[in-house]
Amino acid sequence: MAKYLLLKHYRGGPAPLVDIEPIDRWAPAEIDAHVQYMNDFAARLEGTGEFVDGQALSPDGTFVRYDGEGRPPVTDGPFAETKDLIAGWMVIDVETYERAVELAGELSAAPGPDGKPIYEWLEVRPFLTAAPTVTE
Amino acid sequence: MNETLLRELIPVVTGVLVRRGADFATAEDAVQEALIQALATWPKSPPADPKGWLITVAWRKFLDATRAESSRHAREARVAAEPPPGPADDTADALQLYFLCAHPSLTPASAVALTLRAVGGLTTRQIAEAYLVPEATMAQRISRAKRTVSGVRFEEPGDLATVLRVLYLVFNEGYSGEVDLAHEAIRLTRQVMSMTDDEEASGLLALMLLHHARRVARTTPDGALVPLAAQDRSRWDVELIAEGVAILQAGLARDRLGEYQAQAAIAALHADARTADETDWVQIVEWYDELDRLTDNPVVRLNRAVAVGEADGAQAGLAALEQVDPAVPRRTAVEAYLRERAGDPALAARLYADAARAATNLAERDHLTRQAARLHDALRD
Repeated sequence: MAKYLLLKHYRGGPAPLVDIEPIDRWAPAEIDAHVQYMNDFAARLEGTGEFVDGQALSPDGTFVRYDGEGRPPVTDGPFAETKDLIAGWMVIDVETYERAVELAGELSAAPGPDGKPIYEWLEVRPFLTAAPTVTE
Repeated sequence: MNETLLRELIPVVTGVLVRRGADFATAEDAVQEALIQALATWPKSPPADPKGWLITVAWRKFLDATRAESSRHAREARVAAEPPPGPADDTADALQLYFLCAHPSLTPASAVALTLRAVGGLTTRQIAEAYLVPEATMAQRISRAKRTVSGVRFEEPGDLATVLRVLYLVFNEGYSGEVDLAHEAIRLTRQVMSMTDDEEASGLLALMLLHHARRVARTTPDGALVPLAAQDRSRWDVELIAEGVAILQAGLARDRLGEYQAQAAIAALHADARTADETDWVQIVEWYDELDRLTDNPVVRLNRAVAVGEADGAQAGLAALEQVDPAVPRRTAVEAYLRERAGDPALAARLYADAARAATNLAERDHLTRQAARLHDALRD
Protein backbone atom coordinates (compact mmCIF):
# COMPACT_ATOMS: atom_id res chain seq x y z
CA MET A 1 0.00 0.00 0.00
CA ALA A 2 1.11 3.55 -0.56
CA LYS A 3 -0.14 6.75 0.96
CA TYR A 4 -1.10 9.77 -1.13
CA LEU A 5 -2.07 13.29 -0.23
CA LEU A 6 -5.00 14.68 -2.20
CA LEU A 7 -4.50 18.40 -1.97
CA LYS A 8 -7.45 20.67 -2.53
CA HIS A 9 -6.40 24.06 -3.86
CA TYR A 10 -8.95 26.85 -3.97
CA ARG A 11 -6.46 28.75 -6.09
CA GLY A 12 -3.10 27.89 -7.59
CA GLY A 13 -3.79 24.83 -9.73
CA PRO A 14 -4.15 24.68 -13.54
CA ALA A 15 -6.86 26.86 -15.10
CA PRO A 16 -10.27 25.69 -13.94
CA LEU A 17 -12.48 23.90 -16.47
CA VAL A 18 -15.60 25.78 -15.40
CA ASP A 19 -15.93 29.09 -13.61
CA ILE A 20 -17.54 28.47 -10.25
CA GLU A 21 -18.72 31.19 -7.92
CA PRO A 22 -17.09 31.30 -4.48
CA ILE A 23 -18.82 28.87 -2.14
CA ASP A 24 -20.16 31.68 0.03
CA ARG A 25 -22.46 32.67 -2.83
CA TRP A 26 -23.94 29.18 -3.23
CA ALA A 27 -27.42 28.33 -1.97
CA PRO A 28 -27.31 26.77 1.52
CA ALA A 29 -28.69 23.49 0.16
CA GLU A 30 -25.88 23.41 -2.44
CA ILE A 31 -23.31 23.86 0.31
CA ASP A 32 -24.98 21.08 2.32
CA ALA A 33 -24.86 18.77 -0.69
CA HIS A 34 -21.18 19.57 -1.28
CA VAL A 35 -20.22 18.89 2.36
CA GLN A 36 -22.33 15.74 2.38
CA TYR A 37 -20.51 14.48 -0.72
CA MET A 38 -17.14 14.96 1.00
CA ASN A 39 -18.33 13.18 4.15
CA ASP A 40 -19.83 10.31 2.17
CA PHE A 41 -16.64 9.98 0.17
CA ALA A 42 -14.53 9.75 3.36
CA ALA A 43 -16.95 7.25 4.90
CA ARG A 44 -16.87 5.11 1.77
CA LEU A 45 -13.05 5.05 1.83
CA GLU A 46 -13.08 4.06 5.47
CA GLY A 47 -15.31 1.18 4.39
CA THR A 48 -12.85 0.08 1.72
CA GLY A 49 -9.96 0.34 4.18
CA GLU A 50 -8.31 3.21 2.28
CA PHE A 51 -9.00 6.28 4.43
CA VAL A 52 -6.26 7.80 6.56
CA ASP A 53 -7.11 11.42 7.28
CA GLY A 54 -8.98 14.43 5.98
CA GLN A 55 -8.92 18.01 7.20
CA ALA A 56 -10.22 21.37 6.05
CA LEU A 57 -8.15 24.51 6.54
CA SER A 58 -9.19 28.04 7.35
CA PRO A 59 -8.03 30.44 4.62
CA ASP A 60 -6.53 32.77 7.24
CA GLY A 61 -2.91 31.68 6.94
CA THR A 62 -0.08 33.59 8.56
CA PHE A 63 3.52 33.39 7.36
CA VAL A 64 6.03 33.04 10.19
CA ARG A 65 9.81 32.97 10.22
CA TYR A 66 12.75 33.01 12.63
CA ASP A 67 14.26 36.46 13.02
CA GLY A 68 17.53 35.80 14.82
CA GLU A 69 18.71 34.96 18.33
CA GLY A 70 16.61 36.44 21.12
CA ARG A 71 14.07 38.07 18.79
CA PRO A 72 10.42 37.11 18.45
CA PRO A 73 9.40 35.42 15.19
CA VAL A 74 8.36 37.71 12.36
CA THR A 75 4.85 37.27 11.00
CA ASP A 76 3.32 38.37 7.75
CA GLY A 77 -0.17 38.13 6.31
CA PRO A 78 -2.82 36.89 6.15
CA PHE A 79 -3.07 37.91 2.51
CA ALA A 80 -6.49 38.37 0.96
CA GLU A 81 -5.39 37.31 -2.53
CA THR A 82 -2.56 34.78 -2.26
CA LYS A 83 -1.83 32.96 -5.48
CA ASP A 84 -1.97 29.53 -3.94
CA LEU A 85 -4.67 28.85 -1.39
CA ILE A 86 -4.98 25.35 0.02
CA ALA A 87 -8.43 24.57 1.32
CA GLY A 88 -7.86 21.14 2.76
CA TRP A 89 -6.56 17.68 2.17
CA MET A 90 -7.32 14.02 2.32
CA VAL A 91 -4.77 11.25 2.91
CA ILE A 92 -5.50 7.86 1.39
CA ASP A 93 -3.68 4.51 1.60
CA VAL A 94 -4.16 2.59 -1.64
CA GLU A 95 -2.80 -0.35 -3.56
CA THR A 96 -1.66 1.56 -6.68
CA TYR A 97 -1.03 5.02 -8.11
CA GLU A 98 -3.87 4.37 -10.57
CA ARG A 99 -6.26 3.87 -7.67
CA ALA A 100 -5.13 7.19 -6.14
CA VAL A 101 -5.85 8.97 -9.43
CA GLU A 102 -9.22 7.24 -9.74
CA LEU A 103 -10.23 8.39 -6.24
CA ALA A 104 -9.00 11.94 -6.79
CA GLY A 105 -11.13 12.03 -9.94
CA GLU A 106 -14.17 11.01 -7.93
CA LEU A 107 -13.51 13.57 -5.21
CA SER A 108 -13.15 16.27 -7.87
CA ALA A 109 -16.71 15.55 -9.00
CA ALA A 110 -18.16 17.00 -5.78
CA PRO A 111 -21.32 18.96 -6.55
CA GLY A 112 -21.47 22.76 -6.70
CA PRO A 113 -24.15 25.19 -7.89
CA ASP A 114 -27.21 23.44 -9.35
CA GLY A 115 -25.79 20.16 -8.13
CA LYS A 116 -23.32 20.01 -11.04
CA PRO A 117 -19.78 18.72 -10.55
CA ILE A 118 -17.26 21.49 -9.87
CA TYR A 119 -14.45 19.78 -11.86
CA GLU A 120 -11.88 21.13 -9.40
CA TRP A 121 -8.22 20.24 -9.82
CA LEU A 122 -6.82 18.10 -7.01
CA GLU A 123 -3.10 17.62 -6.60
CA VAL A 124 -2.02 14.00 -5.93
CA ARG A 125 1.28 13.73 -4.01
CA PRO A 126 2.85 10.41 -2.94
CA PHE A 127 4.21 10.13 0.61
CA LEU A 128 7.82 9.10 0.98
CA THR A 129 7.84 5.71 2.68
CA ALA A 130 10.02 3.97 5.21
CA ALA A 131 13.11 2.31 3.74
CA PRO A 132 12.74 -1.38 2.84
CA THR A 133 14.95 -3.80 4.77
CA VAL A 134 16.18 -5.93 1.88
CA THR A 135 17.88 -3.83 -0.78
CA GLU A 136 20.62 -5.94 -2.26
CA MET B 1 3.42 -18.93 29.49
CA ASN B 2 4.52 -15.76 27.75
CA GLU B 3 2.53 -13.89 25.15
CA THR B 4 4.64 -15.11 22.23
CA LEU B 5 4.02 -18.74 23.12
CA LEU B 6 0.36 -17.97 23.58
CA ARG B 7 0.18 -16.43 20.13
CA GLU B 8 1.83 -19.51 18.63
CA LEU B 9 -1.42 -21.30 19.43
CA ILE B 10 -3.67 -18.84 17.57
CA PRO B 11 -3.59 -20.45 14.11
CA VAL B 12 -3.88 -23.91 15.65
CA VAL B 13 -6.97 -22.99 17.69
CA THR B 14 -8.65 -21.11 14.83
CA GLY B 15 -7.87 -24.02 12.53
CA VAL B 16 -9.55 -26.45 14.95
CA LEU B 17 -12.68 -24.28 15.15
CA VAL B 18 -12.95 -24.00 11.38
CA ARG B 19 -12.36 -27.73 11.03
CA ARG B 20 -15.27 -28.28 13.43
CA GLY B 21 -17.51 -26.31 11.08
CA ALA B 22 -17.22 -22.74 12.36
CA ASP B 23 -17.12 -20.08 9.65
CA PHE B 24 -13.71 -18.44 9.47
CA ALA B 25 -14.77 -14.85 10.23
CA THR B 26 -16.72 -15.74 13.38
CA ALA B 27 -14.12 -18.28 14.50
CA GLU B 28 -11.38 -15.68 14.16
CA ASP B 29 -13.29 -13.17 16.28
CA ALA B 30 -14.01 -15.87 18.87
CA VAL B 31 -10.31 -16.78 19.12
CA GLN B 32 -9.38 -13.12 19.56
CA GLU B 33 -11.85 -12.88 22.44
CA ALA B 34 -10.47 -16.05 23.99
CA LEU B 35 -6.97 -14.62 23.62
CA ILE B 36 -7.94 -11.45 25.47
CA GLN B 37 -9.47 -13.56 28.25
CA ALA B 38 -6.34 -15.70 28.41
CA LEU B 39 -4.11 -12.63 28.75
CA ALA B 40 -6.29 -11.40 31.60
CA THR B 41 -6.67 -14.63 33.58
CA TRP B 42 -3.65 -16.83 32.89
CA PRO B 43 -1.10 -14.82 34.88
CA LYS B 44 -3.09 -15.62 38.07
CA SER B 45 -4.36 -19.07 37.20
CA PRO B 46 -2.42 -20.68 34.35
CA PRO B 47 -4.26 -23.65 32.82
CA ALA B 48 -2.68 -27.10 32.80
CA ASP B 49 -3.44 -27.47 29.10
CA PRO B 50 -3.23 -24.03 27.42
CA LYS B 51 -4.29 -25.27 23.99
CA GLY B 52 -7.26 -27.22 25.34
CA TRP B 53 -8.29 -24.20 27.40
CA LEU B 54 -8.14 -21.90 24.36
CA ILE B 55 -10.09 -24.31 22.16
CA THR B 56 -12.81 -24.74 24.81
CA VAL B 57 -13.17 -21.01 25.51
CA ALA B 58 -12.99 -19.99 21.86
CA TRP B 59 -15.55 -22.63 20.88
CA ARG B 60 -17.90 -21.40 23.61
CA LYS B 61 -17.49 -17.82 22.38
CA PHE B 62 -18.14 -18.96 18.84
CA LEU B 63 -21.36 -20.67 19.91
CA ASP B 64 -22.43 -17.54 21.85
CA ALA B 65 -21.83 -15.38 18.80
CA THR B 66 -23.63 -17.82 16.54
CA ARG B 67 -26.66 -18.06 18.84
CA ALA B 68 -26.85 -14.28 18.98
CA GLU B 69 -27.38 -14.09 15.27
CA SER B 70 -30.73 -14.42 13.56
CA SER B 71 -29.64 -17.32 11.41
CA ARG B 72 -28.81 -19.40 14.45
CA HIS B 73 -30.98 -22.36 13.52
CA ALA B 74 -29.48 -22.72 10.08
CA ARG B 75 -25.97 -22.36 11.42
CA GLU B 76 -26.47 -24.72 14.31
CA ALA B 77 -27.98 -27.25 11.99
CA ARG B 78 -25.01 -26.93 9.69
CA VAL B 79 -22.49 -27.21 12.50
CA ALA B 80 -24.32 -30.19 13.91
CA ALA B 81 -24.34 -31.83 10.50
CA GLU B 82 -20.61 -31.48 10.00
CA PRO B 83 -18.84 -34.81 10.09
CA PRO B 84 -17.00 -35.38 13.34
CA PRO B 85 -13.43 -34.17 13.09
CA GLY B 86 -11.05 -36.78 11.83
CA PRO B 87 -7.80 -37.59 13.58
CA ALA B 88 -6.61 -34.31 15.07
CA ASP B 89 -3.93 -32.78 12.89
CA ASP B 90 -3.31 -29.38 14.41
CA THR B 91 -0.40 -28.65 12.12
CA ALA B 92 -2.43 -29.23 8.99
CA ASP B 93 -5.23 -27.00 10.32
CA ALA B 94 -2.85 -24.21 11.24
CA LEU B 95 -1.18 -24.39 7.85
CA GLN B 96 -4.56 -24.23 6.11
CA LEU B 97 -5.18 -21.03 8.02
CA TYR B 98 -1.96 -19.53 6.65
CA PHE B 99 -3.08 -20.49 3.13
CA LEU B 100 -6.49 -18.92 3.69
CA CYS B 101 -5.00 -15.63 4.98
CA ALA B 102 -2.68 -15.40 1.96
CA HIS B 103 -5.33 -16.53 -0.53
CA PRO B 104 -4.61 -15.31 -4.09
CA SER B 105 -8.01 -13.55 -4.21
CA LEU B 106 -6.73 -11.05 -1.61
CA THR B 107 -4.66 -7.97 -2.42
CA PRO B 108 -1.19 -8.05 -0.84
CA ALA B 109 -2.12 -5.44 1.79
CA SER B 110 -5.29 -7.34 2.74
CA ALA B 111 -3.39 -10.61 3.00
CA VAL B 112 -0.80 -8.94 5.22
CA ALA B 113 -3.44 -7.48 7.54
CA LEU B 114 -5.41 -10.72 7.75
CA THR B 115 -2.29 -12.80 8.36
CA LEU B 116 -1.08 -10.54 11.17
CA ARG B 117 -4.46 -10.75 12.87
CA ALA B 118 -5.68 -14.30 12.25
CA VAL B 119 -2.40 -16.17 12.47
CA GLY B 120 -0.24 -13.57 14.22
CA GLY B 121 -2.84 -12.83 16.90
CA LEU B 122 -2.14 -9.09 16.77
CA THR B 123 -5.00 -6.76 17.59
CA THR B 124 -6.51 -4.54 14.91
CA ARG B 125 -5.17 -1.50 16.79
CA GLN B 126 -1.61 -2.87 16.74
CA ILE B 127 -1.81 -3.58 13.01
CA ALA B 128 -3.28 -0.13 12.33
CA GLU B 129 -0.46 1.52 14.27
CA ALA B 130 2.15 -0.52 12.46
CA TYR B 131 0.86 0.62 9.06
CA LEU B 132 0.01 4.19 10.13
CA VAL B 133 -3.69 4.14 9.37
CA PRO B 134 -6.70 4.70 11.68
CA GLU B 135 -7.98 1.67 13.54
CA ALA B 136 -11.41 1.98 11.86
CA THR B 137 -9.78 1.79 8.42
CA MET B 138 -7.75 -1.28 9.37
CA ALA B 139 -10.84 -2.92 10.89
CA GLN B 140 -12.63 -2.49 7.57
CA ARG B 141 -9.65 -3.79 5.61
CA ILE B 142 -9.62 -6.92 7.75
CA SER B 143 -13.35 -7.53 7.63
CA ARG B 144 -13.39 -7.07 3.83
CA ALA B 145 -10.54 -9.55 3.58
CA LYS B 146 -12.52 -12.02 5.67
CA ARG B 147 -15.54 -11.56 3.37
CA THR B 148 -13.34 -12.10 0.32
CA VAL B 149 -12.20 -15.50 1.55
CA SER B 150 -15.53 -16.48 3.13
CA GLY B 151 -16.40 -18.68 0.17
CA VAL B 152 -13.07 -20.49 0.07
CA ARG B 153 -13.24 -24.12 1.14
CA PHE B 154 -10.99 -24.59 4.15
CA GLU B 155 -9.52 -27.81 2.74
CA GLU B 156 -8.68 -26.16 -0.59
CA PRO B 157 -5.06 -26.93 -1.48
CA GLY B 158 -2.99 -23.86 -0.69
CA ASP B 159 0.01 -22.30 -2.33
CA LEU B 160 2.96 -21.96 0.03
CA ALA B 161 4.54 -19.36 -2.29
CA THR B 162 1.75 -16.87 -1.53
CA VAL B 163 2.24 -17.37 2.22
CA LEU B 164 5.98 -16.77 1.94
CA ARG B 165 5.35 -13.67 -0.18
CA VAL B 166 3.09 -12.20 2.51
CA LEU B 167 5.63 -12.92 5.26
CA TYR B 168 8.37 -11.36 3.13
CA LEU B 169 6.24 -8.19 2.80
CA VAL B 170 5.67 -8.06 6.55
CA PHE B 171 9.42 -8.28 7.10
CA ASN B 172 10.55 -5.97 4.34
CA GLU B 173 7.99 -3.20 4.62
CA GLY B 174 7.64 -3.10 8.36
CA TYR B 175 7.20 0.28 9.94
CA SER B 176 7.88 1.15 13.51
CA GLY B 177 5.20 0.86 16.13
CA GLU B 178 4.43 -0.91 19.35
CA VAL B 179 4.85 -4.24 17.56
CA ASP B 180 8.14 -5.15 15.92
CA LEU B 181 6.99 -6.45 12.54
CA ALA B 182 10.42 -7.84 11.66
CA HIS B 183 10.32 -10.02 14.78
CA GLU B 184 6.75 -10.99 14.00
CA ALA B 185 7.64 -11.97 10.42
CA ILE B 186 10.54 -14.08 11.69
CA ARG B 187 8.32 -15.77 14.29
CA LEU B 188 5.65 -16.64 11.73
CA THR B 189 8.18 -17.83 9.15
CA ARG B 190 9.73 -20.10 11.79
CA GLN B 191 6.30 -21.56 12.40
CA VAL B 192 5.65 -22.10 8.67
CA MET B 193 9.06 -23.71 8.25
CA SER B 194 8.42 -26.10 11.13
CA MET B 195 5.04 -27.04 9.64
CA THR B 196 6.18 -27.55 6.05
CA ASP B 197 9.82 -28.60 6.03
CA ASP B 198 10.02 -26.64 2.76
CA GLU B 199 13.37 -25.42 1.36
CA GLU B 200 12.01 -22.02 0.33
CA ALA B 201 10.41 -21.49 3.75
CA SER B 202 13.80 -22.14 5.33
CA GLY B 203 15.42 -19.96 2.65
CA LEU B 204 13.11 -17.09 3.58
CA LEU B 205 13.81 -17.56 7.28
CA ALA B 206 17.55 -17.53 6.59
CA LEU B 207 17.16 -14.38 4.49
CA MET B 208 15.27 -12.64 7.31
CA LEU B 209 17.77 -13.67 9.98
CA LEU B 210 20.75 -12.57 7.91
CA HIS B 211 19.25 -9.14 7.25
CA HIS B 212 17.94 -8.80 10.78
CA ALA B 213 21.47 -9.43 12.02
CA ARG B 214 22.55 -6.13 10.44
CA ARG B 215 19.66 -4.11 11.76
CA VAL B 216 21.45 -1.95 14.34
CA ALA B 217 24.28 -1.22 11.87
CA ARG B 218 21.92 -0.18 9.05
CA THR B 219 21.06 3.26 10.45
CA THR B 220 22.75 5.98 12.46
CA PRO B 221 21.14 6.94 15.79
CA ASP B 222 19.33 9.79 13.98
CA GLY B 223 17.89 7.47 11.33
CA ALA B 224 20.22 8.04 8.36
CA LEU B 225 20.93 4.99 6.18
CA VAL B 226 24.37 3.43 6.40
CA PRO B 227 25.22 1.59 3.16
CA LEU B 228 26.44 -1.98 3.46
CA ALA B 229 30.05 -1.10 2.62
CA ALA B 230 30.19 1.53 5.38
CA GLN B 231 28.51 -0.48 8.13
CA ASP B 232 30.37 -1.27 11.35
CA ARG B 233 30.47 -5.03 10.94
CA SER B 234 31.41 -5.58 14.57
CA ARG B 235 27.83 -4.57 15.36
CA TRP B 236 26.31 -7.34 13.25
CA ASP B 237 24.63 -10.03 15.34
CA VAL B 238 26.88 -13.07 14.95
CA GLU B 239 24.38 -15.45 16.54
CA LEU B 240 21.67 -14.54 14.04
CA ILE B 241 24.18 -14.86 11.20
CA ALA B 242 25.29 -18.29 12.39
CA GLU B 243 21.71 -19.45 12.67
CA GLY B 244 20.79 -18.02 9.25
CA VAL B 245 23.79 -19.64 7.57
CA ALA B 246 23.10 -23.01 9.19
CA ILE B 247 19.45 -22.96 8.09
CA LEU B 248 20.45 -21.88 4.59
CA GLN B 249 23.09 -24.60 4.22
CA ALA B 250 20.72 -27.31 5.37
CA GLY B 251 18.23 -26.15 2.75
CA LEU B 252 20.76 -25.79 -0.07
CA ALA B 253 22.05 -29.30 0.61
CA ARG B 254 18.69 -30.62 -0.52
CA ASP B 255 19.27 -29.13 -3.96
CA ARG B 256 15.88 -27.55 -4.55
CA LEU B 257 16.90 -23.98 -5.18
CA GLY B 258 14.40 -21.11 -5.11
CA GLU B 259 14.52 -17.33 -5.03
CA TYR B 260 14.59 -16.93 -1.24
CA GLN B 261 17.46 -19.38 -0.89
CA ALA B 262 19.38 -17.52 -3.61
CA GLN B 263 18.74 -14.16 -1.93
CA ALA B 264 19.79 -15.62 1.41
CA ALA B 265 22.96 -16.96 -0.19
CA ILE B 266 23.85 -13.43 -1.30
CA ALA B 267 23.16 -12.09 2.20
CA ALA B 268 25.30 -14.91 3.64
CA LEU B 269 28.24 -13.98 1.40
CA HIS B 270 28.04 -10.41 2.68
CA ALA B 271 27.81 -11.69 6.25
CA ASP B 272 30.88 -13.82 5.63
CA ALA B 273 33.13 -10.87 4.72
CA ARG B 274 34.89 -9.36 7.74
CA THR B 275 35.42 -6.14 5.79
CA ALA B 276 33.63 -4.82 2.70
CA ASP B 277 36.88 -5.32 0.70
CA GLU B 278 36.88 -9.04 1.45
CA THR B 279 33.45 -9.54 -0.13
CA ASP B 280 33.39 -12.39 -2.64
CA TRP B 281 31.72 -10.42 -5.43
CA VAL B 282 32.44 -13.04 -8.09
CA GLN B 283 30.33 -15.57 -6.20
CA ILE B 284 27.67 -12.95 -5.54
CA VAL B 285 27.39 -12.30 -9.30
CA GLU B 286 26.93 -16.05 -9.82
CA TRP B 287 24.06 -16.05 -7.31
CA TYR B 288 22.46 -13.09 -9.07
CA ASP B 289 22.65 -15.10 -12.30
CA GLU B 290 20.78 -17.91 -10.52
CA LEU B 291 18.28 -15.45 -9.13
CA ASP B 292 17.75 -13.91 -12.56
CA ARG B 293 17.07 -17.36 -13.97
CA LEU B 294 14.57 -18.07 -11.17
CA THR B 295 12.65 -14.80 -11.11
CA ASP B 296 12.99 -12.74 -14.31
CA ASN B 297 12.87 -9.63 -12.10
CA PRO B 298 14.38 -6.34 -13.37
CA VAL B 299 15.38 -5.38 -9.81
CA VAL B 300 17.56 -8.49 -9.72
CA ARG B 301 19.30 -7.39 -12.92
CA LEU B 302 19.84 -3.95 -11.36
CA ASN B 303 21.43 -5.42 -8.24
CA ARG B 304 23.45 -7.76 -10.42
CA ALA B 305 24.91 -4.72 -12.23
CA VAL B 306 26.12 -3.41 -8.86
CA ALA B 307 27.78 -6.74 -8.11
CA VAL B 308 29.36 -6.90 -11.58
CA GLY B 309 30.73 -3.39 -10.98
CA GLU B 310 32.42 -4.63 -7.81
CA ALA B 311 33.65 -7.90 -9.29
CA ASP B 312 34.87 -6.70 -12.71
CA GLY B 313 35.14 -2.93 -12.43
CA ALA B 314 32.86 0.04 -13.01
CA GLN B 315 32.90 -0.20 -16.83
CA ALA B 316 31.67 -3.78 -16.69
CA GLY B 317 29.00 -2.69 -14.21
CA LEU B 318 27.85 0.07 -16.56
CA ALA B 319 27.69 -2.43 -19.43
CA ALA B 320 25.52 -4.71 -17.27
CA LEU B 321 23.37 -1.71 -16.37
CA GLU B 322 22.57 -1.14 -20.04
CA GLN B 323 20.53 -4.35 -19.93
CA VAL B 324 18.30 -2.90 -17.18
CA ASP B 325 15.03 -1.18 -18.06
CA PRO B 326 15.44 2.59 -17.45
CA ALA B 327 12.10 2.64 -15.63
CA VAL B 328 13.35 0.39 -12.81
CA PRO B 329 13.37 2.33 -9.53
CA ARG B 330 16.86 3.09 -8.14
CA ARG B 331 18.51 2.55 -11.53
CA THR B 332 19.70 6.16 -11.59
CA ALA B 333 21.19 5.78 -8.12
CA VAL B 334 23.13 2.71 -9.26
CA GLU B 335 24.36 4.51 -12.36
CA ALA B 336 25.51 7.45 -10.19
CA TYR B 337 27.53 5.05 -8.02
CA LEU B 338 29.13 3.35 -11.03
CA ARG B 339 29.88 6.68 -12.80
CA GLU B 340 31.74 7.92 -9.75
CA ARG B 341 33.80 4.75 -9.62
CA ALA B 342 34.44 5.06 -13.35
CA GLY B 343 35.97 8.49 -12.71
CA ASP B 344 33.19 10.87 -13.74
CA PRO B 345 32.23 12.72 -10.53
CA ALA B 346 30.40 15.55 -12.33
CA LEU B 347 28.01 13.17 -14.06
CA ALA B 348 27.73 11.11 -10.88
CA ALA B 349 26.75 14.20 -8.87
CA ARG B 350 24.03 15.10 -11.37
CA LEU B 351 22.72 11.52 -11.39
CA TYR B 352 22.70 11.35 -7.58
CA ALA B 353 20.63 14.54 -7.48
CA ASP B 354 18.21 13.10 -10.08
CA ALA B 355 18.00 9.85 -8.10
CA ALA B 356 17.26 11.76 -4.89
CA ARG B 357 14.34 13.55 -6.54
CA ALA B 358 12.92 10.21 -7.73
CA ALA B 359 13.45 8.36 -4.43
CA THR B 360 10.30 6.92 -2.89
CA ASN B 361 11.54 6.69 0.68
CA LEU B 362 12.86 9.38 2.95
CA ALA B 363 16.03 7.71 4.23
CA GLU B 364 17.15 6.85 0.70
CA ARG B 365 16.41 10.35 -0.57
CA ASP B 366 18.48 11.88 2.21
CA HIS B 367 21.30 9.42 1.56
CA LEU B 368 21.35 10.21 -2.17
CA THR B 369 21.18 13.95 -1.50
CA ARG B 370 24.24 13.65 0.75
CA GLN B 371 26.09 11.74 -1.98
CA ALA B 372 25.34 14.50 -4.50
CA ALA B 373 26.41 17.14 -1.98
CA ARG B 374 29.65 15.29 -1.21
CA LEU B 375 30.58 15.18 -4.90
CA HIS B 376 29.58 18.80 -5.54
CA ASP B 377 31.70 19.80 -2.56
CA ALA B 378 34.71 17.86 -3.87
CA LEU B 379 34.26 19.30 -7.37
CA ARG B 380 34.48 22.86 -5.99
CA ASP B 381 37.97 22.27 -4.54
